[in-house]
Amino acid sequence: MTSASLAHSATPDAPNYYDDLIKLFVIAAAFWGLAGFLAGDYIAWQLAFPALNLDLEWTTFGRLRPLHTSAVIFAFGGNILLGSSFYVVQRTCRASLFGGAGLGTFIFWGYQAFIVLAATGYLLGISQGKEYAEPEWYVDLWLTIVWVAYLVAFAGTIIKRKEPHIYVANWFYLAFIITIAMLHLVNNASVPVSLSGTKSYIVWAGVQDAMTQWWYGHNAVGFFLTAGFLGMMYYFVPKQADRPVYSYRLSVIHFWALSFLYIWAGPHHLHYTALPDWVQTLGMTFSVMLWMPSWGGMINGLMTLSGAWHKLRTDPVLRFMVASVGFYGMSTFEGPLMSVKVVNSLSHYTDWTIGHVHSGALGWNALISFGVLYFLVPKLWKRERLYSLRLVNMHFWISTIGIVLYITAMWVSGIMQGLMWRTYDSLGFLQYSFIETVEAMHPYYIIRAIGGLLFVIGALIMIYNLYKTAKGDLRDEAPMGANTAPLAAR
Amino acid sequence: MQAKLEKNVILLAIATLITVSIGGLVQLVPLYTMESTIEKVDGVRPYSPLELAGRNIYVREGCYLCHSQMIRPFRDEVERYGHYSLAAESMYDHPFQWGSKRTGPDLARVGGKYSNDWHVAHLTDPRQVVPESIMPGYPFLVEKPLYFDDIAAHMETLRIVGTPYTDEQIANALADLRAQANPETVDPEAMQARYPKAVAADFDGKTMITEMDALVAYLQVMGTMVDTTSYQPNSDGR
Repeated sequence: MTSASLAHSATPDAPNYYDDLIKLFVIAAAFWGLAGFLAGDYIAWQLAFPALNLDLEWTTFGRLRPLHTSAVIFAFGGNILLGSSFYVVQRTCRASLFGGAGLGTFIFWGYQAFIVLAATGYLLGISQGKEYAEPEWYVDLWLTIVWVAYLVAFAGTIIKRKEPHIYVANWFYLAFIITIAMLHLVNNASVPVSLSGTKSYIVWAGVQDAMTQWWYGHNAVGFFLTAGFLGMMYYFVPKQADRPVYSYRLSVIHFWALSFLYIWAGPHHLHYTALPDWVQTLGMTFSVMLWMPSWGGMINGLMTLSGAWHKLRTDPVLRFMVASVGFYGMSTFEGPLMSVKVVNSLSHYTDWTIGHVHSGALGWNALISFGVLYFLVPKLWKRERLYSLRLVNMHFWISTIGIVLYITAMWVSGIMQGLMWRTYDSLGFLQYSFIETVEAMHPYYIIRAIGGLLFVIGALIMIYNLYKTAKGDLRDEAPMGANTAPLAAR
Repeated sequence: MQAKLEKNVILLAIATLITVSIGGLVQLVPLYTMESTIEKVDGVRPYSPLELAGRNIYVREGCYLCHSQMIRPFRDEVERYGHYSLAAESMYDHPFQWGSKRTGPDLARVGGKYSNDWHVAHLTDPRQVVPESIMPGYPFLVEKPLYFDDIAAHMETLRIVGTPYTDEQIANALADLRAQANPETVDPEAMQARYPKAVAADFDGKTMITEMDALVAYLQVMGTMVDTTSYQPNSDGR
């Protein structure tokens, strides 16, 4: 184990870290997380009970769905990524944030402004109509400015570091920042109709636009929701488990293989479409290969617990992190499976895709984010511990049950609908009309919405717990794992 | 190598950028240079001004989040929706709207399948026409006058990004839009000469041109431009 792969904590000669800035990101992440989960659960109920669309233009599924995806990915995920990266980069470099509080504050408020501009636009019907890239040209330009500032602050801090090596978590954060910039600029290239108007036209068209979009879309998953979050894994899991990263070598291989392979996987979103076959086959091949670095990363995260597995019994925060890595492993196995063309011919266009996304988004991204929030709040507010570990445990189980309900309902509905679409009767006619397949989805949409509701309740419990922690309250409760007293000594 | 990279953030950033660029370059650039990417077929034309305005409403309302516009070459899809989609059919789509989910059915060839009245009734209150539908109602579309004063500017912008609108088409944009939505009062013949197969009708029966008129005009042209019976699939290797 080299010194570079050990996460450093603040030492007496530590420089002045800008932790007030990170507090802002933590608060924003909790707020937008709840907003995004609520929006998601609301549109889940809309699919079960369409009257909830209210016949108003601002509340239809079509306008609320981008609100949900942007709120959870860019607002919740983005704030946790930016905040945690500033926390990690300062400590692993033993340097204060480059640009100081001024640049940091601009990045924070600039990023919140991006979120509000995008979200209000969706409700008013301002969208460029590309999934996960709905914000119009003026919002895209603003985000570009904020993102460059973010890159400067992050890379600048690394340059002024007092450590000889750049810690592995920072490689992943850096790859996330750089790749997202590249994807954002290319995918959103557009010409506005008028500089005083909101509407623009994307410069790409048809099949080329489709490939550009899913090159972007899949790598928003690959670099926003994976590389950036792996940066979190490589710092916070070793910290919480109090163990060094399992293998430095594996993390080097993990990093370069993931960065190289992920970017090729986009075409699996376009199997059997008018995209040329050679691109589809290439996309499928790389998607299957991607399984290996993904599991390499999962193994590196899980094996970091070697010798510390017993802590799972008493530490529900660590449990969040470990479960998230488990879900990461599961969805990065399911993804390559679904990218195989013959499987995709069934799964594409169905709820199976939605279930897959949520096993990653809820299971991996959200659970590790919760773990990081539980880690950060006592540290940032300088409290001796969380308000209540019992509540953390309750949150863990409620959200995990919610996820299981969600993804199993979507597996059943997705596979069922895919099969119904292709079922023929004995006379050689299609057995089901489309609307019959929609009707069959109803019970699963209700189960899914209940799963989502549990997830929202879990988030509310977390916010209460974090609020009490920040206030300095300590709940009087029996320690976790009290029945295994020797291990429970904390 | 790695020892150097993890001590120099500039080198690390450059190496990362190169690593993540390769896949995209290999998959994207040839789509512009290989002629076989888009089939050579007759009939695909830029959208008429009213269709374009309708398409913008389709994009604005996020229809693509529940409806695909991409029929895959499977027996069941071809029987359910019609001939599989060709790349050429969306060559003027900025952005593409192939979609990724079928909460509702594919719309790539919905044009001409239902009457104008059906579309207006269905968009206004889907469950009045299809009781089991879970689609949102869009009753506000018939109430909202279509804003189209700047439609020529939209077409000029599209021309910048490669849509071959002619000067004549841009000069007649407003007139063509009115003719397509009010064929009773304005003769649509000149419009239809510029935009073959454009469906001209007072779609919702209102005297003003509404957002509903535009959206239905777009829905009615979808998938109708190419005569798929004359398409020779072997010529492009698909």
